[in-house]
Amino acid sequence: MIRVVLPWHLRNLARVDSEVTIAVSGQVTQRSVLDALEEAYPVLRGTIRDHDSAKRRPFLRFFACEEDLSHESPDAPLPDAVVQGKEPFLVVGAIAGG
Amino acid sequence: MSGVRVLVGTRKGAFTLESDGKREKWDVNGPHFGGWEIYHLKGSPADPNRLYASQTSGWFGQLIQRSSDGGKTWEPVGNKFTYDGVPGTHQWYDGTPHPWEFKRVWHLEPSLTDPDTVYAGVEDAALFQTTDGGQNWQEQPGLRCHGSGSSWAPGAGGLGLHTIVLDPSNPKRMFIAISAAGTFRTDDGGVTWKPINQGLRSQHIPDPTAEVGHCVHRIAMHKSRPNTLFMQKHWDVMRTDDSGESWREVSGNLPTDFGFVVDVHAHEPETIYVVPIKSDSEHFPPDGKLRVYRSRSGGDEWEALTKGLPQQDCYVNVLRDAMAVDAMDSCGVYFGTTGGQVYASKDGGDNWSAIVRDLPAVLSVEVQTLK
Repeated sequence: MIRVVLPWHLRNLARVDSEVTIAVSGQVTQRSVLDALEEAYPVLRGTIRDHDSAKRRPFLRFFACEEDLSHESPDAPLPDAVVQGKEPFLVVGAIAGG
Repeated sequence: MSGVRVLVGTRKGAFTLESDGKREKWDVNGPHFGGWEIYHLKGSPADPNRLYASQTSGWFGQLIQRSSDGGKTWEPVGNKFTYDGVPGTHQWYDGTPHPWEFKRVWHLEPSLTDPDTVYAGVEDAALFQTTDGGQNWQEQPGLRCHGSGSSWAPGAGGLGLHTIVLDPSNPKRMFIAISAAGTFRTDDGGVTWKPINQGLRSQHIPDPTAEVGHCVHRIAMHKSRPNTLFMQKHWDVMRTDDSGESWREVSGNLPTDFGFVVDVHAHEPETIYVVPIKSDSEHFPPDGKLRVYRSRSGGDEWEALTKGLPQQDCYVNVLRDAMAVDAMDSCGVYFGTTGGQVYASKDGGDNWSAIVRDLPAVLSVEVQTLK
């Protein structure tokens, strides 16, 4: 099972606690994790990735294992620690004022 | 009539303000969707418990929320707004072609007869429609694909379709306004659209009387006179009596004719309201005095309404969707400010008081008169 940590607003939207756990079939990549996340929580569709292009929204970042994976290919394998559930995949909102 | 519900969209959430028919004591409910920008929320004329809200964020994009119990509880519905076909380009600030990109929903206009049908005005400017209560949204491409679309350019706030006025006497007719393209009308339910900007004069564009390119801020109609519209343009207050075929200026003795809101009294179709703002460079009231101006003659002659409004050191703005009226026997008028106040008058504007003073900056105000 893959652990995913969402930003506060998306946790509220999906009505989940600090961390969600999802099953991912096949290779564990950003795309497959987010596909599974959106399948489990349809309300998140369009909030992390653009509906049509599936690109990451500009003010969000993807972290794991103390690495910024935001610019990695969405089809690149995620670190083993994420695959094994030892570390979460983090969706992080940019810090910005206003 | 038993009460009034005021729907307030702010920079940091939505609020509902409720009162009985006396409109003296108000319950302030919210924030709903705290921390999110609520550009607009509005109730269905066909079912006052059905509300729709545009919830948006620079981080997380667009959401649409729906309530079936008058705003007590909400559920997210469809948030996919995809332009029909290959969207092409409009004009960018520097004059170059710029791809059409969906950014947010500025305005939601529920059908007059069907609670599940809603029109959405979006940025970049286009008109969408749902017929299933917000689950699915389809563009009405006839507007964006009007021959002038590639020349539309954004105002400072973006290329937003911000005003949708439905004709209560003709379900095929609708008026919309876009900053900064102008006003358009359809007579065939949205299949084809016609620019209706003859008579507008805008000095900030190369051809001041161009067919499109005008920064229209807001239009309003009284339901008993669907061929008469009032407009607050960037500068100038205008009216038409032939469904937009021609406009004439009615700014008259206003201290400044720049502003954003315009609305019509619920029972007097020639009584209209604006809030003059000093200029497009200084978005606050002239002389630090917050004054609503009322004309009882459909324009040209205006009187300042000041009782209960701050008359010194006031530098708030009143944005385009932030004024509304109720339909009680004595018409109530409401507006919200960027300072977070929501002011109400239960006597058509003669006397004002703040329902609430310290909300986040108010983006929109709508009113439901509850039976």
